Amino acid sequence: MAIPLSHFLTLAAILFTLGVFGIFLNRKNVIIILMSIELILLSVNINFVAFSAHLNDLVGQVFTMFVLTVAAAEAAIGLAIVVVYFRNRGSIEVEDINLMRG
Amino acid sequence: MTPAPLLDLMPALPEFLLLLAGLIFLVVGVLREGDGVRLIGPLSAMSLLIAAAIILASDKTAADTFGGHFRMDAFAAFLKVLIFVGVAGAILVSQNFLEDERIARFEFPLLALFGALGMGMMVSANSFLALYMSLELQSLSVYVLAAGHRDTLRSTEAGLKYFILGSLASGLLLYGISLVYGFTGTVMFDQIGSLLRDENASLSAGALVGLVFIAAGICFKLGVVPFHMWTPDVYEGAPTPIGAYIASAPKLAAMGLLLRVLIDPFGAWVDQWQQIIVFVAIASMLLGAFAAIMQSNFKRLMAYSGIANIGYALVGLAAGTRDGVDGVLVFMAIYMVMTLGTFACILAMRRQGSYVEDINELAGLSRRQPVLAMILTVLMFSLAGIPPTAGFFGKFYVFKAAIDADLTWLAVIGLLSSVVACYYYLRIVKLVWFDQAAEPFDLPLRPAIGAVAGISAILLIVAVLAINPLFASAGIAASAIFH
Repeated sequence: MAIPLSHFLTLAAILFTLGVFGIFLNRKNVIIILMSIELILLSVNINFVAFSAHLNDLVGQVFTMFVLTVAAAEAAIGLAIVVVYFRNRGSIEVEDINLMRG
Repeated sequence: MTPAPLLDLMPALPEFLLLLAGLIFLVVGVLREGDGVRLIGPLSAMSLLIAAAIILASDKTAADTFGGHFRMDAFAAFLKVLIFVGVAGAILVSQNFLEDERIARFEFPLLALFGALGMGMMVSANSFLALYMSLELQSLSVYVLAAGHRDTLRSTEAGLKYFILGSLASGLLLYGISLVYGFTGTVMFDQIGSLLRDENASLSAGALVGLVFIAAGICFKLGVVPFHMWTPDVYEGAPTPIGAYIASAPKLAAMGLLLRVLIDPFGAWVDQWQQIIVFVAIASMLLGAFAAIMQSNFKRLMAYSGIANIGYALVGLAAGTRDGVDGVLVFMAIYMVMTLGTFACILAMRRQGSYVEDINELAGLSRRQPVLAMILTVLMFSLAGIPPTAGFFGKFYVFKAAIDADLTWLAVIGLLSSVVACYYYLRIVKLVWFDQAAEPFDLPLRPAIGAVAGISAILLIVAVLAINPLFASAGIAASAIFH
């Protein structure tokens, strides 16, 4: 029995919302923010693959491959920036990122 | 639809040139170790100028490549020339700064070059796949550049904030793209466009939600309210020449992207996105005008000034007409020149070997360095939009387009907020000419910085004579994205 498209879309929407809230409500650690970003990108991938299967169109799956690649590059750059920040600040608490107003 | 032959790559020739140059410089830089930046900086700037020259010399009729994902047309050509020249300018002014601050690594001009490659692809993107990939190429380069002064807390914090919020924006954009793909069945702009023009009566709610997410993602890259939180911090924290880079060319590229997405695939939904753009424009103009009043750091002030300026540009887009897009393109061209020139002036603010950023340091500049004072005055008059300078014409065309499209009230809000903004631009002019002289800045002025500041000031004055040809070529560019 096939799982209907709406189930996938709901799952992706829930994961996406979790990711966005993870960025804004998290007051602890920058690594958690990186995880939330990854969650957002992966929820989008679920969307793409579900639509791709539903539409019988490969473009969605190709798009997923590109998103995965970019997500890896993004994680690498994000971690690199977190490392140089930690060297200067000695902490990666979200509350400590407050040198400049705003 | 038969896809364009994959091997006809000529429309992407400037991008290939930049890619090749970047890869070669990467190897050269690694092999040369110490003083790579002295060689690679000018070389990168030169390859960008050559790419711009190729575009100017080439045929401007629309041509697709990469199976239709990449489109070279008059619109892309217009923006690409500006972007490549702007990035070349930003690379040239950065050389001395990088050496002074002992961060002269060859990666700086190289990342700027790859960023320019991403921007070139952004304005040529003809599908959501190309849009996403090019936007990420540009963003990832700029995140690293913002954190480039890696031994200072300010720069790394700017990079971290920019990275987190930028990735969130990419996520929003991508979620929107996935919805549009799902509800229209394609990622190609022209197919979505013809689909939406046919089915205008039945509005797909899913695709509409997707459009809102996409607009939000691109608005973040533009740094407009309510997605502006990163702008002041990144401008202040990033090394000054990187600030010049972030403030100029990427805004043009993101604006080009927004124009093409809203006019080409979503042109039939003008009534839907017009409300979003109107709201964003009003909020940006007002916040930019009022928040900048309190700033004393010149770079932060330029950040709020940039928010307001993008707001004015969006007034032209809100009109949704060909003249509106024409006005936006002219405005963005002038905006880039003003921003680069002003940041070059900020780079000239150097006292006893260290850079200063407070506007009060400019007090009495006219008595010590009358030429720099003149240049800064022209730039500030232009930013304020005072008639003989180009800034006036930029605002004139976008507001006129809004009035022609029955959005007179929007133009009035724009005018009022630009009157408020005059206060902080003219305050700098007052500091420069009428206040007690502070200590002089280091002399002599660096040739590259003096040249970029001087040329931009001259361009802003002679623009009076050249405004008609500029407006005409922007008109041809604007026509390319309308169907």
